[in-house]
Amino acid sequence: MGATEVAAKTEDRAGPGPVNRVDKRAELMLGALSTLVLVLIAAMIVFVIAKGWPSFTHNGLAWFGPGGNVDQQLADIFNSPATPSNYVYTFHAWPLIYATFLTTFFAVVIGIVVAVLTAIFIVEFAPGGMRRIMEPVVRLLAAVPSVIYGLIGLLVIVPFVNDHLLSEGTKRSVEYVVQLDGTSIGVGILILTVMITPIMIAIVVDALRTVPVGWTEGAAALGVNRFRVLWTIGVRASRPAIVAAAVLATARALGEAIMLSMVTGSVGFSPNPLDGLLYFAEPARPLGATIVAQSTGLSVPPLEQTVFAMAAVLLVSSAFLSFGGAAIRRSIRRGQVAPALAGVD
Amino acid sequence: MSATADTAPAPTPSALPPLAEPDTAWSPLDRLGVALAWIAGLLLCLIAAAIVVYMLIRGLQFVSLKLLTTHPVPATDQSQSGGILDPILGTLILTAIGTAIAVPIGVGIAVWLSEYGRPGALARAVESGVEIVAGTPTIVLAIFGFLVFTQPAFGFLSFTAQGNAVFGRSFLVAGVVMSLVAIPLVVGTTRESLQAIPDHVREASYALGKDRASTIRRVLLPGSRSGIATGATLGMGRIIGDTAIVVILLGATLQLQGYGSTPILKTLRGTGSTLTSYVYNNSPVGEGNAPEKAYAAAFVLLAIVVLLNLIVNRAVRRSKSSWK
Repeated sequence: MGATEVAAKTEDRAGPGPVNRVDKRAELMLGALSTLVLVLIAAMIVFVIAKGWPSFTHNGLAWFGPGGNVDQQLADIFNSPATPSNYVYTFHAWPLIYATFLTTFFAVVIGIVVAVLTAIFIVEFAPGGMRRIMEPVVRLLAAVPSVIYGLIGLLVIVPFVNDHLLSEGTKRSVEYVVQLDGTSIGVGILILTVMITPIMIAIVVDALRTVPVGWTEGAAALGVNRFRVLWTIGVRASRPAIVAAAVLATARALGEAIMLSMVTGSVGFSPNPLDGLLYFAEPARPLGATIVAQSTGLSVPPLEQTVFAMAAVLLVSSAFLSFGGAAIRRSIRRGQVAPALAGVD
Repeated sequence: MSATADTAPAPTPSALPPLAEPDTAWSPLDRLGVALAWIAGLLLCLIAAAIVVYMLIRGLQFVSLKLLTTHPVPATDQSQSGGILDPILGTLILTAIGTAIAVPIGVGIAVWLSEYGRPGALARAVESGVEIVAGTPTIVLAIFGFLVFTQPAFGFLSFTAQGNAVFGRSFLVAGVVMSLVAIPLVVGTTRESLQAIPDHVREASYALGKDRASTIRRVLLPGSRSGIATGATLGMGRIIGDTAIVVILLGATLQLQGYGSTPILKTLRGTGSTLTSYVYNNSPVGEGNAPEKAYAAAFVLLAIVVLLNLIVNRAVRRSKSSWK
C-alpha cells in the first residue's frame, strides 16, 4: 500500500543524523489522535454489549427466539418494579429480528438485481445524454435523507396500498390476528430497496469500468454481442465488487431505523408466510425502529438494558459485515481476485 | 461494434477443428437482458424525478417566506403551529458542530494512515475501526452517545438536573456523536486524494530540505484540498440527513431552548430540533401530525441536500484533473 512505500522511502531519506524533532512530534500526535479514536470505537462496542448483557443473561438463547407478545413484554419491562431484584427481563426478540431480516433480505436481493442491470445500462447502453445525468441521479438518490423517504412512503404509498390494493374483505379476513392499514413490510421493502440500490449501482459501475478493456474487446472481436460481453465478462469479473456492494447495502439496510419505523406499522408482529401475498401487507417492526420507539423509556434500567441488547445485536452484525466487506475490498485491491477470474470463460 | 469472424486462413487449417459459428446473434435472452437494463435505468431516473417533482410541488404549495422566518409553536392545528425557523437553525448549528469536529480529526487520521502508518498493526486496527464506525447504524451511535453523555463527567455538555441526573441531550452532545457519522467519509476521501499525489511531489519537497511534517502541511494538505472538501461536504450531507441521532440526543424540543446564561454556549448546551426531526415529528407517526409542515420542512431539507450534491459533483470533477 502507499503508506508503507512512503514510510520506507522516507526512512531512506532520513539517513544518518538525528531525527527531526518536529517531524517526530507530528507523527506522535497524529498517531495518538488515531489511537484515541480507535479506543473510543472499541469502548463503544464493549460498553454497548456490557450494558445489554443483563438482558441476554436473563433470557439466554431464548432472547433470540419467539414466544409471547413482544410489545407486551416491552411494556412489562418498562413497568417493572423499581427495586433491582424485581426487574422484569423476559424478552423474546424473534418478531423484531425476523422483521429486520425480512426487510433487509428482500431489499438487498431485489436491489442487487436492479443495481447490476442499471450498472450495465449506465456503462454500456445509455445514450450519451442519459449517461451524463444518470450519475448525478444515482448520487442524489443515495443522498436523500431517510426521513424524506419515510414521509413520502407514509403519506403517498401507504394510503395508496390501503385504498387500492387492500379490499375490505382481505382486511376482515385477518382482522382477528392483525389490523391492516397499508403500513406494511412490503412498503418498507420497496422504499428500502430504493434507498440502498444507488450505493450498489455506484460500486458496480466502478467495477465494470475497471474490467480490462482487452477482455471485453477480445470477446467483442470474437463476435459476441454487447450484452453478452457485459454479462459474461464484465459482470463475472466484477463479482467481488458485487458482493462488496451487497455487504455494504446489507449493513445500511440492517441499521435503517427512522424510515422503517414510519412505514412498517410499528407493531411487534411476525408476518405469516401462509397468508400468501398478503404476507407483504402485514405490519412488523425491525430492531432499529424498535430502539427508536423505546428510546423515551431509557431512564428505566431494565428497559435500557433491553434496548442496549438490541443495539448490541445490530452493532455486532454490522461490525461483521464491515469486516467482511473490507476483506473483499482488500482482495480486490490486491488484484488477487481478478487474475483468478481470468480463467473464467 | 460490429464484429465479424476472422476469415483469413489459419496457419494450419487442417489441424484445427472448424471455427464455431460466431455468437453475434442476439438471442431472445440477450434482448430481454437489454430490455431489463433499459427498464432499470429508466425506472431509476423516473423515481428520482418523481421524488424531486413531488417534493417541489408540495414545497411550493406550503413553503412561504413567513414559514421560514417564524418560530414553531406547539399546536394541534396546522395553521397555528408557526414556522420552521428553529429547525433550520438547528440543522445549521448541528451541521457546523459535527463538521467542525469531524474534519480535523478525519484529516488527522487520514494523514497518519497515509503518510506514517507505523506500527502497521495499529494502522490496520485504526482502518478497521473507521470501517466499523462507517457501518454502525446511527441509531446505535445515538444510544451509545446517550449512555456516555448522561455520565456526570460530561454534565458540562448538557444540563444537570437536581440530584446530579445529567440530561445528556444538547447540540454539543448531538454534534459530537454526529461527527462520528462524518469522520469515515472525511478519512476516506482525504486518504484517497493523498494517495493520488504522486511520490515525486513528496520527493521534490524533501529535496528542498523540508521535513515530513512541513511537507504534509505545505504540500500534501494543500494538494488534497479538494478531497478534504469533498469529504466534508459528504459528511455534512450525512449529518443533515440523519434523524435517529437528533431524535435521541437533541431533545427534539420545537424551539431552541438554551440552558445557562452565556449567550452562545447557552444554545449549544440547550436542546432544539432539526429539519429531520421536525419532519419526523410532524409526520403522522409523530406527535405533531401536521403533514403540511412536514412537507414544507422536507422540501427545505431536500433543497439543501440537492445543493450539497451539486457542490460534491463539481468538487469531484475538479479533483479528477488535479494531478497528472
